[in-house]
Amino acid sequence: MEFFSFGNIIFYIDKFIKFINSIFFVVLIIGLSFALIISPIDYLQGDTVRIMYVHVPAAWIGLLVFSVIAISTILNFVFKIKNLFLIIKSLAPIGLLFTCLSIVTGSLWGKPTWGTWWAWDARLTSMLVLMLFYIFFILSLKYFKNEENLPKILSALSILGMINIPIIKYSVEWWSTLHQPASIKFLGTSSIHSSMLIPLLLMLLVLLLYCALIFLMKYKTEIIKIKKQNIKRL
Amino acid sequence: MLTKKIKTRLLFLTSIALVSLLFLVFIYFNLKQNILYFKTPSEIFSNNEVENSNMIRVGGMVKKNSIQQNNKEIQFILTDYKKELIVVYNGAVPNLFSEERGAVVEGKLNDKKYLIADRILAKHDENYMPPQMKKILKENVK
Repeated sequence: MEFFSFGNIIFYIDKFIKFINSIFFVVLIIGLSFALIISPIDYLQGDTVRIMYVHVPAAWIGLLVFSVIAISTILNFVFKIKNLFLIIKSLAPIGLLFTCLSIVTGSLWGKPTWGTWWAWDARLTSMLVLMLFYIFFILSLKYFKNEENLPKILSALSILGMINIPIIKYSVEWWSTLHQPASIKFLGTSSIHSSMLIPLLLMLLVLLLYCALIFLMKYKTEIIKIKKQNIKRL
Repeated sequence: MLTKKIKTRLLFLTSIALVSLLFLVFIYFNLKQNILYFKTPSEIFSNNEVENSNMIRVGGMVKKNSIQQNNKEIQFILTDYKKELIVVYNGAVPNLFSEERGAVVEGKLNDKKYLIADRILAKHDENYMPPQMKKILKENVK
């Protein structure tokens, strides 16, 4: 348990933040120049396709962060690990940010390609539901101070939200939607050309690094808050 | 490891999961039809209930060489390669709307083969590639 002492953990978080800071701008510049300049235009959509380099990674991160939060909430509820609670608190706003980002960029992309800002199809609606779950989650973190009830409410929300995650993923395959099916598959070949796949993955790396940076800063603040309440160990 | 307290909590979680799953299944079977964003021309043809003046969305491919345009309106054939539907529309179409591409039209059915559209949306597929690639692919097909 020595590792989790207050001084130690702050030391490692600071080191991590410094490391990410040192590489972040390099990766950002590489990623942006690939996405905005080097990558070719699409045969159909032209330059509009560049919205994808923010839209798709943002949506992935939105889903990923929710899964992490939901699993941590359930583990926190079952095994009462205090540290997980701090992680949830610091991750939730990041997930909301990226979900909103993917919805907004998707809307901006939809207008020139589909001809509408918004359609109530299964993919878009389930993504909106994910955003609502994030909002409920953050609101309950803010307004339920009760130690007894808060974990119960949060884990109920995360179970409901977790059911939504596969619905988002497979909505484009199960039902007829305006949104196109996934281009990138875990198994089998992707229907996206490699000159566009590389910028996409680079932008994913950029956004993930940004997430990690914001998360570590927020996490550090939460730990210091706990420390101020004179609790020696997490 | 699994003390009694933890077991109660797990029980609580599973009960929540079961209740919410049941709830969702119930919602799903009620909304089954509404989840589909559009119907295909074949479904319109085989379904007798749709022939009224309600708004309806139909999706399919725009048939090759079927677009007729004058300065007032555009007319084309929407097909799912089994059944065809004639669509008439008055207004501007989205950029990606063209022959042999997907489209979703929203409007009222006149009869089972004729639809007056209020809105046209272009549907695009999951393929992304640079223009040169498309050229090469086209030449390979020939």
